[in-house]
Amino acid sequence: MAESLLSVSNLTVEFTIRGGVVPVIDDLSFDLGPGETLSLVGESGCGKSMTALAILGLIPSPPGVISAGSVTLQGEDLVQATDARLREIRGNEVSMVFQEPMTSLNPVYTVGEQIAETLRRHQGLTRNQAKSQAIQMIDAVQIPLPDRRVNDYPHQLSGGMRQRIMIAMALACQPKILIADEPTTALDVTVQAQIFDLMQNLQRETGAAIILITHDMGSVAEMAERVVVMYAGRKIEDGQVQDILLQPRHPYTQGLIACVPHLLDKVTTDRPFLQEVPGTVPPLSDFGFDGCMFAPRCDLVRGECWQGKPANTQLTKTQSVACWEFSANNELANA
Amino acid sequence: MPDTAPMLELHDVEVRFSLKRAGLFGAVPQLRAVDGVSLTVLKGQTMAIVGESGSGKTTLALAIARLVPVATGKIQMGDVDLLSLQGESLRTHRQHMQFIFQDPYSSLNPRLRAQDIVREPLDRLGIGSVESRNKRVQELFEQVGLRQDQLRLFPHQFSGGQRQRIGIARAIASRPNLVICDEPVSALDVGVQAQILNLLRRLQKDLNLTYLFISHDLGVVQHMCDSIAVMYMGKIVEQSDRESLFNNPQHPYTRTLLSAVPSADPNRRNRGRRITIYGDPPNPIDLPPGCRFASRCPLVEERCKTVDPAFKALNSTHHVACHLV
Repeated sequence: MAESLLSVSNLTVEFTIRGGVVPVIDDLSFDLGPGETLSLVGESGCGKSMTALAILGLIPSPPGVISAGSVTLQGEDLVQATDARLREIRGNEVSMVFQEPMTSLNPVYTVGEQIAETLRRHQGLTRNQAKSQAIQMIDAVQIPLPDRRVNDYPHQLSGGMRQRIMIAMALACQPKILIADEPTTALDVTVQAQIFDLMQNLQRETGAAIILITHDMGSVAEMAERVVVMYAGRKIEDGQVQDILLQPRHPYTQGLIACVPHLLDKVTTDRPFLQEVPGTVPPLSDFGFDGCMFAPRCDLVRGECWQGKPANTQLTKTQSVACWEFSANNELANA
Repeated sequence: MPDTAPMLELHDVEVRFSLKRAGLFGAVPQLRAVDGVSLTVLKGQTMAIVGESGSGKTTLALAIARLVPVATGKIQMGDVDLLSLQGESLRTHRQHMQFIFQDPYSSLNPRLRAQDIVREPLDRLGIGSVESRNKRVQELFEQVGLRQDQLRLFPHQFSGGQRQRIGIARAIASRPNLVICDEPVSALDVGVQAQILNLLRRLQKDLNLTYLFISHDLGVVQHMCDSIAVMYMGKIVEQSDRESLFNNPQHPYTRTLLSAVPSADPNRRNRGRRITIYGDPPNPIDLPPGCRFASRCPLVEERCKTVDPAFKALNSTHHVACHLV
């Protein structure tokens, strides 16, 4: 891979809860190249959104603290950066589209003012310049009549339009990285398709890299080039999207793909039961267990799984997995 | 599929909501949330209703359960005319028709223990002797995959999937014939979704249940249903058996919906560009005279904007409302 734009290495975020200190992100590493689309996948409570917040320096503190590791954006470590520097970066070089457009827009400002705010803050535009730029952005996200919509309040817009305003706001300063945290979960499929088209078009024009957080493998296949699968705060598998979809190695990734009834190309009368992943994601108090976090839900569980944390095993040049099944095989191959 | 008797028949059901009057002497605008819907659900089968938010699918389900008033039309369940039931007879008839709600967090009373939540319909409807009810609750817990030591816990002590299991146990407690499932898995995590969908299918087989399954997730619908109705702006635009609809969708809206679903299957993805529709649906208070999809339809013609298309039969099971088919 070429020079990486963003590099997260050995990142650990710890939360202080009643039962003690637990790692919500446990030794996470990944790289993001310029213009690349990377997807973070996992069930809720696996630390996907927390990773996004850690990159932006928005971990709620207390109870959270980044206890180890680094987040490097073009050679600059964001973990060590001052608050003032982080404010310059947020919305300008790295920006985020949040999950719920209803709650993340400010209801007492017009959408135009909210888009203009980032432009005035970061690019030093005047009020009028910022407003006309905001109109252009609203036009770019394909909302009809942008010069009238610019004066609308969030409640006057539909869910899909609000999400488009969020994207316009995030892209206003032409960031190098756009983090989209489940940008379409609250939306209908036809609107989701429009938002995906829009994100891809804007990515082509501005060359931004995208981190897409989702739990839907279909969206991953549609949008991303590379995928990082997370479970209970840890990276358990990563690789190229087509490799992971065709040949998932980790039992959790396999379950995540097989348990969803995907729309089939050709429907027949044959309808097998879905493959289940028994149980649920462990509660926060169990995080940081020195063993495989997935062991209680895994079909292939064996002795080692309870005794030590599986290391990341590089399977091919681009695919790695953290599972004892594969570390063992590798040792055999090496011996 | 063997021919079976209809469990539920709807004829031209219409649900209207009155909105705020325009001015003191203005007319009261009416919103037709469900507009002339007819469908038949066969015994022991699953009929799915799909559509986007605001298409009227939940209102239709509530109307069938008699939880919103129906303006005109006829709803027949077995040999009972549902709309003629009033007061006590309506209350006791609910025994045969139960509801599974979307959100397992807000649909369980936080102050009741799990066993009391499941027992409530038995108490309310006076089913079985008082002693036999506890035994029945234990049996239900077993059926939906909950442990006996969880009987006395409160809802907040359960995970989302387990809460949905409590909701399912409550729904099947009175041995209903028809269960209306309103987005039963959309609030759940993907891993848990599969568990609940499998449970619903197993229960259907064991108890010979009929499901009316409301969902916006076409993957889930394809997996669960025997027949399917696609709703748009209060009307059914296409209705068919499962295979015919998914293999051979006719209405442009159905095609758009199907093509918009992102797919993990590379074969399906490579088959062609998805159809993207732009614009917003028409204002439901002031509907255009013609086809309701005309403003967004990629194939729109002049007649679509003026004449409402009839609901035509392509064959005995596949019906569609479009001028171009």
